[in-house]
Amino acid sequence: MSRELVFKRIRQALQNGGEDTSATGAPSTWEYGRPTAVADPIGLFIERIKDYRAVVLRTPGVEEVPLLIASCLAKAQATSVVVPVGFDEAWIRTAALAGIELYRDEPPLSKQELDGISAVVTTATSAMAETGTIALDHRSGQGRRILTLLPDTHVCVIRIDQIVSDVPESMALLKTSIQAGLPITLISGPSATSDIELTRVEGVHGPRNLYVIVVG
Amino acid sequence: MTDARRSTQTSVRSPQHSERSGQMRDTHRSASTCDAQHSAQTRGRRTPAPPPDPLLESLPFPLAARQLLQNQQLRANLRHATHTIRSKRKSVVAELPHWEELRSAGAAMKDRALCSLDSYLEQLEANLIQNGAQVHWASDAAEAQRIVTCLIKAHGVDEVVKIKSMVTQEIELNEALEAEGIAAWETDLAELIVQLGHDRPSNILVPAIHRNRDEVREIFLREMKLYGQAAPDDLDNDPEDLAACARNHLREKFLRAKVALSGANFAVADTGTLVIVESEGNGRMCLTLPDVLISITGIEKVIPTVEDLEIVLQLLPRSSTGERMNPYTSMWTGVTPGDGPQEVHVVLVDNGRTRVLADPIGRAALRCIRCAACMHICPVYERVGGHAYGSVYPGPIGSVLTPQLRGLKSVLDKSLPYASSLCGACAEVCPVKIPLPDLLLHLRRRVVDEVKRRHVGLEQTAMRCVGWVMGSGRRFGLVGRLAGWTRIFIRRDFITHLPWLGKRWTARRDMRMPARVSFRRAWRRRARDKK
Repeated sequence: MSRELVFKRIRQALQNGGEDTSATGAPSTWEYGRPTAVADPIGLFIERIKDYRAVVLRTPGVEEVPLLIASCLAKAQATSVVVPVGFDEAWIRTAALAGIELYRDEPPLSKQELDGISAVVTTATSAMAETGTIALDHRSGQGRRILTLLPDTHVCVIRIDQIVSDVPESMALLKTSIQAGLPITLISGPSATSDIELTRVEGVHGPRNLYVIVVG
Repeated sequence: MTDARRSTQTSVRSPQHSERSGQMRDTHRSASTCDAQHSAQTRGRRTPAPPPDPLLESLPFPLAARQLLQNQQLRANLRHATHTIRSKRKSVVAELPHWEELRSAGAAMKDRALCSLDSYLEQLEANLIQNGAQVHWASDAAEAQRIVTCLIKAHGVDEVVKIKSMVTQEIELNEALEAEGIAAWETDLAELIVQLGHDRPSNILVPAIHRNRDEVREIFLREMKLYGQAAPDDLDNDPEDLAACARNHLREKFLRAKVALSGANFAVADTGTLVIVESEGNGRMCLTLPDVLISITGIEKVIPTVEDLEIVLQLLPRSSTGERMNPYTSMWTGVTPGDGPQEVHVVLVDNGRTRVLADPIGRAALRCIRCAACMHICPVYERVGGHAYGSVYPGPIGSVLTPQLRGLKSVLDKSLPYASSLCGACAEVCPVKIPLPDLLLHLRRRVVDEVKRRHVGLEQTAMRCVGWVMGSGRRFGLVGRLAGWTRIFIRRDFITHLPWLGKRWTARRDMRMPARVSFRRAWRRRARDKK
C-alpha cells in the first residue's frame, strides 16, 4: 500500500531531524486578515484594474446600472448575453430592449451553447484594491464557473462596499465560502499571456474583454 | 491496484448526459485490461514527438554548460527575459512595505507544514474525501503514471487536456500516456509551442523563450493541422494573432475533452482546497469544462490552513511574473455539485520528496513555491539557460532540489551543487527564504563525504600532502623557499599553460608565479634590517 509507505517514509524522515532547528517551525509573527493601510481603496482599485487594461465605469447609484451594462455590451459588440441564476434581471432589461439576445442559465446551458454566447454579466463577492482583483465565489448572481469563462466579454458589477484594501482582508471574507466548499475564482484583468517574445497579449482563453461597473 | 480511497460520493452524478451509460461499460472493460498495460504500442504517435533523448541530460553541468554557451541566440534571449522579469519583480516587490515580513511568514508557514507533514496530509486527505474527491498515493513516478493511466482508461478516452505542471514533467507523464495511446495536450501557450515544436521547455516560467515569433508562426502552420483545428493560411507573426490562433486550436479540444489533468500550486489541509494560479485561462478551461479532473501534486504542496493562502497569494505572483496579481486564480474543494467536473481525483506524489525531508538542513528546499525568481536573478542561469541542469527544475533551486530528489547518485547530480558562484542573489529574492547558498555548500559537503567514503582520490591525496606541509612551520618555510627557486628556470610572472592535470586550472585563469623570496623570509629580513 503506497499510502502507508509514503506515511512511513515521512515519519522516519521527520525523526531524523527532530532536533535541528534550521528548518523547523520558527514562530511567525504574521497577523492574518489584517487590512493594509490604503487611503482610497475605491480609487486604487479602479486605477489598478485599469492597469490590466480592463474598462472601468463608475456610477453613484444602481439606477444607471442597466444603461451602463447595455453600453458595455454595445461597446464589446455583443449580440447575445447570458445571466446567472439569481442575477437581477431588471439590470439587463435595457440591453435586451436594445436587441441583445438574452439567455438564462436555467436549466444549465451546455458548453456548446455557452461557447456561442458573446457576453456574460455577473456580480462579485469582493474586490481587492491593492492588486486590482475581483473575487467570485459563484453564489447566486455570479453563476457557475463556466459562465464567466466561455463568453468573450465579461461585465462585472461591484458595489463600493465590496472593495477592500488587499489580499488578506479579501481572503478573510472568502474564508467562509471556501469552508462551505464553494469554488473561488480571482480575476485580475482579462486573460493574458507574455509567452511569445515576452510581448503581453490580452485574451488567450478566458474572456478577452473585462468591463467593471463600480456602483456607489 | 492503486490505493484509491473510497469517497462518499463515488458515483458520477450527471444524469443529464445520456451517453453516460455507454461510458460506464467502457469503465469495466478497460479497468480489467489496465494491469496488462505498458505493453509496447505499435500504432503511430498521438502527439508530436519530443526531441530524441538529448545528450545533455547525462552530462555533468560544466560540460553541458560549455556546449550551451556556444548558442548566442539563446544567450541573447535569456538575457532579455531574465532582465525584464527581474526588473518587473523588483518594482512590484518595492510596492509592499511589509515584503520582508511576508517572506518570513511564508518561510515559517511552509516549515510548519513540512514539520508535521504527516498530520497535514492526513487532514488534507480526509477533507478531500469528505468533499467528494478521490485520493490516490504514488510513492514514485512509475506508480503515479500507472494511477493516472488507469483513471483515464477507465473513462474510455484517448485524449486529455493538461494544465502546465512541473510535477507531471518531473514524472514524465506525457510520454507515459503516449506509450499507452493517450494524447495529452498541453494548453499553456508556451507549452503548446514547445509541444508542437518537438521541443523541450527552456525556462519554467516562459518555456518557449528560445523561440521567436517567426518560428512560432511556422510551427503553428506546420503542426496544428496534423492534430486538429488548422492554423489559417494567412497567419501573421504578430503575437496577438498567434495567441488567437492558439485559442481557436485549443477551444475545440477544451470543448471535446472528457478528462483534464492538472497540478496544484497549493493544497489546503484544513479545507481540502486545491489552488491553481495562472494567466491565460487555459487552467480555468481544464478545471471547469471536462467531466473528470485528475490533479497530480507533490506531497510538499500542502499548506496548513485556508488563512495561509493570503501569504502565498501575495508572494507568488510578485516573485514569479512580477505582477501584483496573476490574471486568474482558481480554488476548488472536491466536487461542486452542478458546477465543473463531477468526478475529481487527487494523486499525491512522493517521488523522492521524503528523501529530501530526511535531511534536516536540505529539507528547506521543499519550501519552494516554484516562482522561478532564483533562476531569473542567477548569473549562471542567465548565461547557460535551463537545459544544462539536466532536470525539469533548473537554476539555483534545481541545483539543490534535483540531487536531493534523485539521491546524489549520478555524475550530473553530483555536479549540480557546484553550478553556482555562491553570490547569494537567489537567497535574497526567494519569497520563502530558502537559504540557497547554504544548501549548495551543504550538498557540496555531502558530495565530498560520499567520495571520501568510497575511495581515496587524487584530490584527497593532494590535500593530505598540503596538510602535512602546512602542519609545521619548518616544512612550510622549506617549501616556500623551494617554490621561489622555480624563478631560476621560469622568468615570466604568470603561468598560462600547465601540463596534464594542471591544465584544468590554467584553462580558465592564469597562475601567478611563486614569489622569488617567500613572505616568511622577507619578514625575517625586514626584522633583521630594523635592528
